[in-house]
Amino acid sequence: MGDLLSLNHVSYSYHSLTGETPALTDISFGVPDGEFLAIVGPSGCGKSTLLSLIAGLLPPSSGNIQIKGKNLSDQDLHIGYMLQKDHLLDWRTTYRNLALGLEIQKKDTPENLAKIDELLKAYGLAAFRDAKPSSLSGGMRQRAALIRTLVLNPDLLLLDEPFSALDYQTRITVSDDIWQIIRKEKKTAILITHDISEAVSMSDRVIVLSKRPGTIRAIIEIQLSPGNRSPIKARSDPKFKDYFNQIWKELTDHEI
Amino acid sequence: MKYKMLLGMSKEPGISEEQRTFLRDCLAKERFIRICRWLFFLSFLALWEIGARVGFLNPFIFSSPGRILKSAVSMASDGTLFYHLGITLFETFFSFFIVMAFGILAAVLLWWKESLARILEPYLIVLNSLPKTALAPIFIVWLGNNMKTIIVAAVSVAVFGTIITLYTDFISVEEDKIKLIRTLGGTRKDILFKVILPSNIPSIISIMKVNIGLSLVGVIIGEFLAAKAGLGYLIIYGSQVFKLDWVMMSIVILCIAAAGLYQLLSIAERKTER
Repeated sequence: MGDLLSLNHVSYSYHSLTGETPALTDISFGVPDGEFLAIVGPSGCGKSTLLSLIAGLLPPSSGNIQIKGKNLSDQDLHIGYMLQKDHLLDWRTTYRNLALGLEIQKKDTPENLAKIDELLKAYGLAAFRDAKPSSLSGGMRQRAALIRTLVLNPDLLLLDEPFSALDYQTRITVSDDIWQIIRKEKKTAILITHDISEAVSMSDRVIVLSKRPGTIRAIIEIQLSPGNRSPIKARSDPKFKDYFNQIWKELTDHEI
Repeated sequence: MKYKMLLGMSKEPGISEEQRTFLRDCLAKERFIRICRWLFFLSFLALWEIGARVGFLNPFIFSSPGRILKSAVSMASDGTLFYHLGITLFETFFSFFIVMAFGILAAVLLWWKESLARILEPYLIVLNSLPKTALAPIFIVWLGNNMKTIIVAAVSVAVFGTIITLYTDFISVEEDKIKLIRTLGGTRKDILFKVILPSNIPSIISIMKVNIGLSLVGVIIGEFLAAKAGLGYLIIYGSQVFKLDWVMMSIVILCIAAAGLYQLLSIAERKTER
């Protein structure tokens, strides 16, 4: 019961004029504080829907979602959400983009704004403080997007395929980068991805979802040797390919 | 602008001989186009003037550059020219501001209440496609033979298109940008002020460029029908008393005014891009 987040028999259906589409059925799992959880599944299995439910953007059709034992709607706990694309607003400078969340939540106090500068310096963006996002590289933009959610000091970070828009090489360095930042800031995180290597290399635990309507097919603990715990090193761990194959099998086995 | 830029670039030290030749070629082409533009303009004026003097154009009907200039000078010296131009420009700016303010406000309202947008959609489309000149006589009956009619006529020309275009731009803002604001805990008001309005500044400016021209069109139509002053009045009055010099002069001044207004907004556009 010590879980930060717990989902109990959560289901969700989309309604349209052509009918009802069940997206998720009977999803239950818990996330302990400090864990890095990855959720993999084929495209259209309701992964993003799951994140929207956890973020409170959509209400579940049935079941409930609790954070620290309290229902999602009865708390002011902040959940950070990182989207597929960085969506930095081009008309604002990097600094003003990072201040967006504080502005919206009317928390733009001098102390909180000072934290932006601190994070900019810590993660190598200080030189781009007053530059428009168009002058940042893909990797730097994604880092800025992460800092935008970190300034709000979230208790839980949701990452919705945040690397899928990047090219392969950038993708690996950026995922390493982001992973280091999340570990350093000691955040609990849930990563959604369809990339098995990314899931294995970044997380402590992987949940495999089935095709639509999504159900939990397997939960796999990732235990790599402690020296190989960064995403780039993890890829050369001897057990990496075993986990990869196991997840691959779970994803493809049940297909007819 | 482009010519000066090219000239500067071609004289810069430290560029290769090939690059210099390339720039010189561009420069030569630019120069050719400029010369031809002026040639076209000047030969048009010359043909017109000579035609009127020699007699194969009747200057009473066609006027001539010389006569236009003469009436412009005489009307400028007694101030009547500036009086009429001033009235037309004032009416244009006034209706332009009403169109923009009302258009943005209405588009925001429609964006805010989607059902309102759906209710009003067919009416907006009909009003937008209706030739607004058809309404002008009604405005005269309702509002009288005065400036109010002119302003309302000018506003009616541009306002419906503005509302429809802006509303369409507002609702086509990327869904994920809205999601971003929601994940940061923002309300609908935050979505409007942090994303919808700022991301649409370029489209608002391009609508402004169209509207300044449309407002001028509307004002001239209004002045044709209900005015005691202004360039539109001068054109109608001039044609009725067969003072074609006045008519032609007013048209030339309108050309200059329209180009000037457009230029004004282009400068404003460059300012916001920076």
